Amino acid sequence: MAYEIIETCVNCWACEPLCPSNAILEARPHFLIDARKCTECEGDHADPQCASICPIEGAILNPFGEAANPPGSLTGIPPEKMAEVMAEIQAR
Amino acid sequence: MELKVIGQSTEQPAGGCSSSGCGGSSDQLSHLPESIRQKVQDHPCYSEDAHHHFARMHVAVAPACNIQCHYCNRKYDCANESRPGVVSELLTPDQAVKKVMAVAANIPQMTVLGIAGPGDPLANPERTFETFRQLTEKAPDIKLCVSTNGLSLPEQVEELSKHNIDHVTITINCVDPEIGAKIYPWIFWNDRRIKGRKGARILIEQQQKGLEMLTAKGILVKVNSVMIPGVNDEHLEEVSRVVKAKGAFLHNVMPLIAEAEHGTFYGVMGQRGPTHDELQDLQDKCAGDMNMMRHCRQCRADAVGMLGEDRGDEFTMDKVETMEVDYEAAMAKRAEYQAAALATLKAQRSNNGESFVALSSLKVKKRENRPVLMAVATSGGGVINQHFGHAGEFLIYEASMTDVRFIGHRKVDLYCSGGDTCGDAETTLQKIIRTLEGCEAVLCSKIGYEPWEQLEEAGIQPNGEHAMEPIEEAVAAVYAEMAENGQLDQPKTSAQLQVSA
Repeated sequence: MAYEIIETCVNCWACEPLCPSNAILEARPHFLIDARKCTECEGDHADPQCASICPIEGAILNPFGEAANPPGSLTGIPPEKMAEVMAEIQAR
Repeated sequence: MELKVIGQSTEQPAGGCSSSGCGGSSDQLSHLPESIRQKVQDHPCYSEDAHHHFARMHVAVAPACNIQCHYCNRKYDCANESRPGVVSELLTPDQAVKKVMAVAANIPQMTVLGIAGPGDPLANPERTFETFRQLTEKAPDIKLCVSTNGLSLPEQVEELSKHNIDHVTITINCVDPEIGAKIYPWIFWNDRRIKGRKGARILIEQQQKGLEMLTAKGILVKVNSVMIPGVNDEHLEEVSRVVKAKGAFLHNVMPLIAEAEHGTFYGVMGQRGPTHDELQDLQDKCAGDMNMMRHCRQCRADAVGMLGEDRGDEFTMDKVETMEVDYEAAMAKRAEYQAAALATLKAQRSNNGESFVALSSLKVKKRENRPVLMAVATSGGGVINQHFGHAGEFLIYEASMTDVRFIGHRKVDLYCSGGDTCGDAETTLQKIIRTLEGCEAVLCSKIGYEPWEQLEEAGIQPNGEHAMEPIEEAVAAVYAEMAENGQLDQPKTSAQLQVSA
């Protein structure tokens, strides 16, 4: 089982040096986690390091395929508020 | 290699009344020890005077961050936005060094290289210090600075002091974790994400510890604070007192930038930024305790050029790769330009002394002349040398019976960009006039008939009579003229009403 980085990643490098298994690859269009190397930080850290520093909600999926940091969890912006404001901006 | 350190230069210090500290002035550094003045006299981000003559650049080598601030959005990457945390292209240290050499060869005003993001430079220590290491060797005449949120500062102070970095900026928005929790949703610390008050408390402790360690080593520290109305606006006076007590030598209170389209917490949640008046009020309150900086342009993490401008487009990596740089020759040219600029600065300072004498004589005749705000159009050099229609920003000065002081800058959309955009001129001009609210005169090299009329109608007197004159001298002269004409006897509002009647 492994964590996964998906396309909303902004390539900020924050996770790469933290990985105890060197499983994170600098790749384009976005960074990747080598599923064969990822240990979910088991035995090294209490929390998975990549998901603990990643600033982008939804960019990292846990082994169940769910967002490790779901919408609103990092920015504090309620998802419905975000949706409302984005709709407003698009309507301009 | 022997490094040239500005602080050790043999140039005679400006003393007595030739320094603009005499008789009151806008130079917020005037009462600092000479050793510090020497260090910052050509640093555009640390000296208001210097920012008319010298340029800086930031290289975006530091993408990672270890905290989240509510005014920042890490997804943001835009060519047209100008604010911290925004960049167009991320550079490797090798690319950054190439770019610095190219810019230094083409912009003789450049004295300073800063690393300020787009993340936190000290959260990217390898990339940040590799860039500094190479530059110390290859561009020894350039000052190096770094700007940080302070979280990992204590563990990096030793490394910082090895790299000839004598200017560090720490962003400190609070010294109270309760307030911090409303600004920082989380930090990454000891292998965990820590949210809320607890995270804010650790960040504050690290910032304060880092500040003390830096000043103990004799490294100059500037503190940046973002003014967030209703969150930390009242608290920042205390921040100012605390950081001054710990040895910070300059405090830069900046307005919150928050627009919904930036996608930041504050932007989306509708948190407003401060008005010009609120910002100035707070800066004045803090000034009792601290040297205040008012000329910050809150530039991008890849800005290039004088503070009011960004020439980043001329130095994208694909262009830099094709540039031939003879750095030795460029260094000689820069030294020559910079010596001349320092001489100009010194001359302007001593001239200011004279106009302040003239101002103080007004006191005898009119006891209660009120202060007046004036807007100035300049493209650098410390003189009034820009056409009203070409100004992308106006510098705001306050003239009073005792001195002329710099208050801040106000950005505007270009009134005249020529060509077919002119259909828009009407509304743009109205916007500019609104931006200049509170000012009673605007000083520029030239101005068209139409804006002249409309400015006058709005109670703002256009003035093109002081083209190419040093700014503070011209502002003092216009103020003296207004006093002569009796314009200062009337309260501002009635004067404006009369003009528009």
